[in-house]
Amino acid sequence: MTVETKQPYNDEYISRFSSSRNEPEWMKDLRQQALSQSESLEMPKPDKTGIKNWDFDTYVHEAEGSKIDALDKLPASVAALIDADNAPNLYIQRNNSAAYLALDEKWSKQGVIFTDIFTALKQHADLVKRYYMKDAVSADEDRLTALHAALMNGGVFVYVPKNVVVDEPLQTIFWQEDDSVASFNHILIVAEANSSVTYVENSISHNADTATFANVVTEVIAEDNANVSYGAVDNFAAGTTVYAKRRGVAYRDARIDWAIGQMNDGNTISEHITHLVGDNSGSEAKSVVVGRGKQIQNFTTNIIHFGKNSVGNILSHGVMKEQASSVFNGIGKIEHGASKSDATQETRVLMLSQGARGDANPILLIDEDDVVAGHAASVGRVDPLQLYYLMSRGITKHEAERLIIHGFLAPVVNQLPIETVKNQLTQVIEGKVN
Amino acid sequence: MAGSVLEIKDLHVSIEDKEILKGVNLTIKSGEFHAVMGPNGTGKSTLASAIMGHPKYEVTSGSITLDGEDVLEMEVDERARAGLFLAMQYPSEISGVTNSDFLRSSINARREEGDEIPLMKFIKEMDEAMDFLEMDKNMAQRYLNEGFSGGEKKRNEILQLLMMKAEIGILDEIDSGLDIDALKVVAKGINRLRDENFGCLIITHYQRLLNYIEPDFVHVMMQGRVVKSGGSELSKRLEAEGYDWIKQELNIEDETINA
Repeated sequence: MTVETKQPYNDEYISRFSSSRNEPEWMKDLRQQALSQSESLEMPKPDKTGIKNWDFDTYVHEAEGSKIDALDKLPASVAALIDADNAPNLYIQRNNSAAYLALDEKWSKQGVIFTDIFTALKQHADLVKRYYMKDAVSADEDRLTALHAALMNGGVFVYVPKNVVVDEPLQTIFWQEDDSVASFNHILIVAEANSSVTYVENSISHNADTATFANVVTEVIAEDNANVSYGAVDNFAAGTTVYAKRRGVAYRDARIDWAIGQMNDGNTISEHITHLVGDNSGSEAKSVVVGRGKQIQNFTTNIIHFGKNSVGNILSHGVMKEQASSVFNGIGKIEHGASKSDATQETRVLMLSQGARGDANPILLIDEDDVVAGHAASVGRVDPLQLYYLMSRGITKHEAERLIIHGFLAPVVNQLPIETVKNQLTQVIEGKVN
Repeated sequence: MAGSVLEIKDLHVSIEDKEILKGVNLTIKSGEFHAVMGPNGTGKSTLASAIMGHPKYEVTSGSITLDGEDVLEMEVDERARAGLFLAMQYPSEISGVTNSDFLRSSINARREEGDEIPLMKFIKEMDEAMDFLEMDKNMAQRYLNEGFSGGEKKRNEILQLLMMKAEIGILDEIDSGLDIDALKVVAKGINRLRDENFGCLIITHYQRLLNYIEPDFVHVMMQGRVVKSGGSELSKRLEAEGYDWIKQELNIEDETINA
């Protein structure tokens, strides 16, 4: 059965919203068309997770946030993410407003764009139009994605011109300051041929009891021989229902590597797909999850191989405690013609309590003979022999479990390129598993 | 200084309801090196695991005490903090935890809160110990035992033993799978600890290791018991003549625990 969403924002509202932000006409059209499509499209159908009782409708769409003059005036939870003495490339979005933006001159001089999505729509309209919801995600995929297109209310645009290697990370913080405000953030990253960029993002909210909705779309385009390294820590509070779609398209010789910490406390559907379109393209899709409380989550990580010699690795590690339950779908798909491709995946779920549930579904769909593919999946408890070994050195059981869990989640933690973000994720994990 | 005494009395141990140790008696004091020898399947490794508290082994009767304290009442970590160290035959691999973080946690586990080993001192001691054991320095930053060769795992066990300053060390077949050069290095590590404050129980079924570590006492296990004890001359006779003479002397046909 499909879910009836009671969409509270109509065509007139969207038209006004778009005009108030001086969006180009094509964007207003895109929004209005998506809204009308949303009425007939079906809800997403995450495998093995029933969502009919989830609340996708309670939220406030628009909320301003005031400018941030100095980084030392931020609340501790946000300040902890930033190395205030060394944050040359930083965007902070506060509610729906661009509150802080810095990009080192050496990058802007080379044509790098790093700005909020509304400024990008004004100043780089043609560039955004070329990629926005075109090659990676399209608005008509399902009702929630159409609603995202209609109601997009924040986000960031990253553009790296041909041959430019950005060797410092670009950092974004989506700070949902008001409890009820929805995040329809759109992250669009375009790396032109032979360019390279590392992008790191934190989403943070504190609405433990107030319901709202995060409907976030990320699109990463890596042109020939470009290299995109994407790190993210999602940390929406328990009141937020999350629908996150991340999509990458890698052309010839391009790489897109993902390291995602899924630390939400509310019900979450996360769909993460990388298209290896070009020959010799590659992707590592690493994610770690900690589930607790009565949280229900569904994670799909999918790498689709079209190009020859394309290499895709999926790693998903989850820790489930209390009554949390999660489904992990790992899908490696090799299309006909993608010869010599390599699709591997590893899904492991660690259960810390009797009531927790984890479901690992490794799937390989292979339409080509000359390929390499493999998967490993496990759902289990902390290995008693590992515990014994650590404890035999005097380490307490509690500390030994902590070490094992941190080790289990290390593949993503270690890959995050900003020390403060890494430390913050470690602390979030600490807070969640203890 | 008085030193420590590990006392094992009439120890019976089962695994999954099958009795493996059938009354082991053994006393190890600081300053003494004991070797427990015997063919495969006679219960030697079970003895090591039972002393440390391996979750699969159940002590059905008998006692183990360290300086009069009941070891069997202690959790595994408490046994370690009381001064026991077991160098394992098959150390676990733990992904994501670096060897050096693990070592530091282990050392600090034996120290009071607020009296943790200073980082620089730790690094200095670790570097020195790794040099002594001819270990690649990269191993400090590798994940604990993950992808280590058999020889690297054994050296890593000895590295921990050197750094943790246990009162009683138990080495479970530390020589298995080592080539002669690695064996010499491992023996060098163990010999370095020989002093009046350290006692050692070396479990092996090869005399070979004992060419490099001279034991003060040698015990032979068969059928889940210590059947013969002596000095280092006993291990030399075993090397020359094998175990058959003991079996004949004691009228044993099948030396394994299945007998």
